[in-house]
Amino acid sequence: MSQNLFSEELNAFVDEWKDKPGNLIMVLHRVQQEIGYISREAADEVSRRLNIPLAKIWGVVTFYHFFKLNKPGKYNIQVCLGTACYLKGGDIIIEELGKQKGLNVGGLTEDGKFSLEAVRCVGCCGLAPVMTIAGEVFGKVTKDQVAGILDKFS
Amino acid sequence: MKIHLTINGIPVEVEAGTSVLEAARQAGVRIPTLCYHPDLKPFGSCGLCVCKQEGSAKILRACATPCAEGMKIITHDSELYEVRKTIIELTMSTHPTSCLTCVRNNKCELQKLAIEYGIREQPFKPRLRDRVVDDSTHIITLDPYKCIKCGRCVQVCQELQGVYALEFIGRGDSTTMSPAANLPLNQSPCIKCGQCITHCPVGAIYEQDDVSLMMKAISDPDKIVAVQMAPSVRVAIGEEFGMEPGEITTGKLYTALRRLGIDYVFDTNFGADLTIMEEASELVERIKDGGVLPQFTSCCPGWVNYVEEYYPELLDNLSTAKSPMMMQGAITKTYWAKKIGVDPAKIYSVAIMPCTAKKDEIRRPMNASDYKDVDVVLTTRELGRIISQYGIDFKNLEESEVDSPIGEYTGAATIFGVTGGVMEAAVRSAYKFVTGSELENVEVSPVRGMQEVKKGTVDFNGTPVRVAVVHGMANAKEILEEVKEAKLKGERAPYEFIEIMACRGGCIAGGGQPIGTDDEVRAKRTKGLYSDDEKCTLRRSHENPSIIKLYDDFLEKPLSHKAHETLHTSYKPQKVYKDEE
Repeated sequence: MSQNLFSEELNAFVDEWKDKPGNLIMVLHRVQQEIGYISREAADEVSRRLNIPLAKIWGVVTFYHFFKLNKPGKYNIQVCLGTACYLKGGDIIIEELGKQKGLNVGGLTEDGKFSLEAVRCVGCCGLAPVMTIAGEVFGKVTKDQVAGILDKFS
Repeated sequence: MKIHLTINGIPVEVEAGTSVLEAARQAGVRIPTLCYHPDLKPFGSCGLCVCKQEGSAKILRACATPCAEGMKIITHDSELYEVRKTIIELTMSTHPTSCLTCVRNNKCELQKLAIEYGIREQPFKPRLRDRVVDDSTHIITLDPYKCIKCGRCVQVCQELQGVYALEFIGRGDSTTMSPAANLPLNQSPCIKCGQCITHCPVGAIYEQDDVSLMMKAISDPDKIVAVQMAPSVRVAIGEEFGMEPGEITTGKLYTALRRLGIDYVFDTNFGADLTIMEEASELVERIKDGGVLPQFTSCCPGWVNYVEEYYPELLDNLSTAKSPMMMQGAITKTYWAKKIGVDPAKIYSVAIMPCTAKKDEIRRPMNASDYKDVDVVLTTRELGRIISQYGIDFKNLEESEVDSPIGEYTGAATIFGVTGGVMEAAVRSAYKFVTGSELENVEVSPVRGMQEVKKGTVDFNGTPVRVAVVHGMANAKEILEEVKEAKLKGERAPYEFIEIMACRGGCIAGGGQPIGTDDEVRAKRTKGLYSDDEKCTLRRSHENPSIIKLYDDFLEKPLSHKAHETLHTSYKPQKVYKDEE
């Protein structure tokens, strides 16, 4: 089972980092990059491979907001709530996503297609309010544009 | 190297590396703390031990600051008072003030501070988040409402015990001390040792109270209630009534238990003598017949849980002898029931233990009489509460004798409660079984003391027996790895017999003992048990006349078929996380 859980590249990465200090965060980053979140199975595998108790790993992944414990949707939506985006109505976009797709922050649509997270600044405040879907950035988003943007991802 | 400093103008000389907190203690000054515990590394999470250093604007944390030459420390002034008072008030704002219904009422470190600092109102609006109380084990309850996030339980669980059941989960004020993966405690690696309870400064972790089960049996006219008490209870329960740690209260305890309405008062020490007969014979047999060695002791249920979880490949190294408590229970419902002509179904078997893992142990399938060997386990603390409730003046109580014929004990039995005690008791008898002559000096010094891992060789008249003694669960890892590695190679680690106890110091500092255990208290309770041993005329288990009679009348000889049926058990691997397939 563990053979298939991680890709060959990820396995090689774990082996490379196995004995280095500070390896846990590095490995967890790569795991999340590959699987999209830190599943219980993945955490167990990391625990076994790095010889770090599961409790320690859980402490780390629940401490850093970066790590996700739930499977993200096929398309992960990030809405910026940094200062500029917030003032320009980031919260209105979140509200609209709720209306359109029944999404809450941290939630997932029933069909598993979209998940939603609120983030702090994606680095282009001039485009506020900003949202990203599956890595694609949308700037100066208005409430009325939301449905159209979502359609591109169906 | 010596370091000189002053604490509030009082000159102190300390060893290099001593903390300011400890130096202050030596100067007779107590600096308040909440997260600090002498068993643990300084953590610095509560901030109460803040002090000032003359000539520096920085406020330092006394627990985590090593003394330096020429330091001039101020521990108490009006500014520090304000800082500390604010910390206490802030802590109280996220802590329920329902002290009257709290298990730690009167024994709570936060409550004591609130008294000392004269807190009469709560300036910060209470902010209690919604939490989930975890009573899934029905042994140890985690009450996150009361948690002040000092981190002691996490440190104890991980560093002292190496169990990793608890961790800081989440961050900020949503942090909880709980198992990984949102699992309840009963699905975590928890070994039920209860050290998290005795180290918690408040009432956020506590044992399930089973007193009512015993009282119900006492008031049932159809039940015959028989009780036993572990060695460590007698040198600790006095603390609940203002006595010194280590005072031997055996006779008072017998009287108190009778006053509660218990019909027959026996002693786990009888069971301990019996354990030695079986366990030492098993060791001798393993050595003679080329059995699996080293043999591990099996008295400590926390350790048994640990080995089943973390080292299942070593289960055949574990002695099959039941613990003294289970043996005592088994003999009560078989041999003794027969002797007094009573159906074992009518006997209710109560055990008073210094331990929370003993509450777990009685769930194992051990039913020598077809009924549970032990029906209920109460900790020292629970018994202390019911004795108080019954208005028994424990301190001034007259002493009485144990009931015969399954209560008498030798000095070898009573030292079971301290680290190295089981080993020492086993050596006293195994020596006789191997050599045919008595061990002259019964005090086996290499296995005594607080060193975490003790190793030594006992000379059995020409046959060297290599022994090791470990206490504090995390300290076992090194030796267990050594044994495991050798075993995987088809070899054998260089020991014949290894004693392992989950709690630092042994059962005298178990998770069911009175709150406030540290190394000073451990030393006093240990001294109490050794002096109980010295007072006994008989100090070798095989000399106990009641034990000899038990074998003559019922068990035939150690390791007989009957003995196996009644006094031995088996083990099976446990998952570290119980939710895993």
